[in-house]
Amino acid sequence: MNSNQLQHQVLYMRRSLFDQGYLDSEQLIQLEDLQDDANPNFVEEVVSLFYSDSARLIQNIEQTLSNRPVDFSRLDDILHQFKGSCSSIGAKKVKDACSQFREYCNAGNAEGCSSSFQLIKQEYETLRRRLESYFQMVKQAKAA
Amino acid sequence: MGMITDSQFHVLAVDDSIIDRKLIERLLKTSSYQVTAVDSGNKALEFLGLLNEDEQTNSQVIQVNLIITDYCMPGMTGYDLLRKIKESASLKDIPVVIMSSENIPSRINRCLEEGAEEFFLKPVQLADVNKLKPHLMKGISKEIKEPNNINNKRKGLEEIDSADRTRTRLNDTIDINNDGLPDLEIV
Repeated sequence: MNSNQLQHQVLYMRRSLFDQGYLDSEQLIQLEDLQDDANPNFVEEVVSLFYSDSARLIQNIEQTLSNRPVDFSRLDDILHQFKGSCSSIGAKKVKDACSQFREYCNAGNAEGCSSSFQLIKQEYETLRRRLESYFQMVKQAKAA
Repeated sequence: MGMITDSQFHVLAVDDSIIDRKLIERLLKTSSYQVTAVDSGNKALEFLGLLNEDEQTNSQVIQVNLIITDYCMPGMTGYDLLRKIKESASLKDIPVVIMSSENIPSRINRCLEEGAEEFFLKPVQLADVNKLKPHLMKGISKEIKEPNNINNKRKGLEEIDSADRTRTRLNDTIDINNDGLPDLEIV
């Protein structure tokens, strides 16, 4: 693709992320506004942190869910953290899945928590794929 | 040069979330503040020298012009940290701002009553950080804010309007409805 086509691709992918509810446009723009010549990779750095932090949280949830009796209070703490980091990067679908999990948690519903957890992981993986493709395309467009 | 520049202001940021620490650090640095970011209330107090019980002989004089802290942290919450700071003779005049992802009126009220200057809803944005300047410039003196949302008179404890994002304390009174005037009724 030539430079123009790459730019279009970037805009298209970006638009899709917003329209399909994966990412909050306002928050992404907030992050982009913090990027400058001295900090040209700020957004990607934050997203990178989100990946590693999410991996940690997912592992914690996994572990806590497998313990008996289920420690709902601990789960709620972890989900609170997860929700927080989702908010910070504008990860809407993952955040909503977290909210759903928390509702089951508050109700002491272990099965509901398990199924919500599957949803969280699903949404997280999808978002990650989409973001990685997007940033890849941004790089390509910049280099062209 | 002899001029007071923003780079002289040192903000201590406290948040257990690594992402939020990165965010707040960048937000503050963009506003030309010097930043120290720590991940717990204990580390904050350590940095402020409070954990060294004998404040008189504490030779580490660290100048901090404002403390911005997350509310929900394991161990010492932002509220606990706020109280400890306000109870300390050497630290009580440092302005403290609380951040939280949760819009809970009683929590907000408690923090403002305990002496927090502002309460920010997360995710914190550049517009919020711009509100720190007056607190840093004026030190401990408070200023009366320009009235806004005059049509929005609400009584008692209310959630923060999504458009407002912050709550401010005026002098020694509470201004929950954010109209720039002290509330006459506090439920």
